[in-house]
Amino acid sequence: MSTTSLGTDTTPVVGGRAAAPTPTPLAGQPGVPFSRTYRAELRKMVDTRSGRWMVIVMAAAAALILAGFVIWGPAEDASFRGLLGLATLPLAMLLPIIGVMAATAEWSQRTGLVTFVLEPRRGRVVLAKALGALSLAVVVLAAAVAASALANVTGGTGEWDVTAAIAGGTVLALLVYVLQGVAFGLLFLNTPVAIVSVLVLPTVWSIATTAISSLQDVGRWLNLDTVTGPLFEGEMAGQDWARLATSAAVWVLLPLAIGTWRVLHREVK
Amino acid sequence: MITIENLTKRYGGFTAVDDISFEVRPGSVVGFLGPNGAGKSTAMRMMTGLTPPTSGRATLLGQTYRELHNPGRQVGVMLDASAQHPGRTGREVLRVAAVSIGVSKARVDEVLGLVGLTEEEAGRRVRNYSLGMRQRLGIAAALLGEPQVLILDEPANGLDPQGIHWMRGLLRRFADGGGTVLLSSHLLHEVQIVADDLVMIGRGRIVAMGSKEELLSRGGTTVRSTDDVRLASLLERADVPVTKIGSGLVVDAEPGVVGRIAADERVVLLELRSGGSEGLEEMFLGLTAATSREGDAA
Repeated sequence: MSTTSLGTDTTPVVGGRAAAPTPTPLAGQPGVPFSRTYRAELRKMVDTRSGRWMVIVMAAAAALILAGFVIWGPAEDASFRGLLGLATLPLAMLLPIIGVMAATAEWSQRTGLVTFVLEPRRGRVVLAKALGALSLAVVVLAAAVAASALANVTGGTGEWDVTAAIAGGTVLALLVYVLQGVAFGLLFLNTPVAIVSVLVLPTVWSIATTAISSLQDVGRWLNLDTVTGPLFEGEMAGQDWARLATSAAVWVLLPLAIGTWRVLHREVK
Repeated sequence: MITIENLTKRYGGFTAVDDISFEVRPGSVVGFLGPNGAGKSTAMRMMTGLTPPTSGRATLLGQTYRELHNPGRQVGVMLDASAQHPGRTGREVLRVAAVSIGVSKARVDEVLGLVGLTEEEAGRRVRNYSLGMRQRLGIAAALLGEPQVLILDEPANGLDPQGIHWMRGLLRRFADGGGTVLLSSHLLHEVQIVADDLVMIGRGRIVAMGSKEELLSRGGTTVRSTDDVRLASLLERADVPVTKIGSGLVVDAEPGVVGRIAADERVVLLELRSGGSEGLEEMFLGLTAATSREGDAA
């Protein structure tokens, strides 16, 4: 092999033998099938120590709250509905963090250098993360339902007072919170900042809209905690759906859109 | 096969990679050599679709990275061995990649064996890995999909001398099987062991490329004799430029020329070789310094 002078029109060649057969690329569509990206992303949410601990902490918190309430709480409130409401409290707080961690790990732990090399179409990775976080939330929620039912049978009133509206509303509300976590994670691409923001910003906003009278009207439409209230209660009516849609658009879809744009255009280092 | 055509990356007014072109043919292990900040990693990120080039393009097996079907099966990439989630075990890192690439768990165990990570080590969390172990894990991940091309950024960094020789054997076998390897390094002696051909880059520009032997012979001839003083004066009389180094002389001529003069004048030679690492090192430093000055002047 001779040292090729630079500045020629042909690309200088280095190494190998001219006689070697030219390799051909594999035939097929760019990237990998979505089902595999989804499975890989779902797996990544629970295969790290932090991911696994999040699930354990959520389960333990829900179990402790249930046990404590059954033992010391007012007996007449320990119905299925009351117990389910308690069990989902830690979930509403911690499930978004799983969403955050799924979205930020590629950047804070720099695993994106591997992930986005195996699937260069980053939009699909983002979609897989969002669907994975939602799937995980459904599984955790199912466990909370089972635990609440068990608590109801063993130490509760034995009353089965969860209507379809309450069940559906609880699922939908929790999924909105999880997606908010993913959205904030994508928006900040930094775990601590995203976690603090997802926990603190809505609360600060919530306090502001209750304390400042001029903000109260806005708060009724743009406070995610307020608008999901009737959803948990199974009492969605009239404007409630419009309010939920407005809040979700501002607190979930907007950061999700900006965050996705950031991931698609950011240089992976 | 890796083809780089006029690849350029600018960040504002700073040009990280400046119009580089070269083609790496199958069957070769090519070292991408340059000092820190020369643009090696930026160029490799552009090859793998992580950084959009300002202009020019890079193709692998004739396609741009983003066009590749299941890229993990065609191109093995390791851009930073430390970029692993510390809470995952080594085996789990590979299992996740295996899910995405679509290869079996058996292949995971196979590549673990290939890079010499034991059962016990594979079960440890990456947090507790040494840099050398992370490098081995990263290479295992790159080899997972049985690719035809390997792109490795600083793969020998953190390996002990034995590990560097092991890597040479591994990559040589890969290339002998028709594979193409491009690996970067900022250490000359390291890349000299592992690679057969070199592309030298400084300040974003290619400053030299060719086979190792060729680049070495450009560094002159190293000679050592029982009487260096006499040999030096003999060479100078023959109009051959000579430089004295620690032990011996560096001569700006072919070894044959030096050997003939020594034989004619009955000087006993103890050592006579083309270039040597000192020569190439000097050229490496010289070339990169030259481009630095150019960069400053521009």
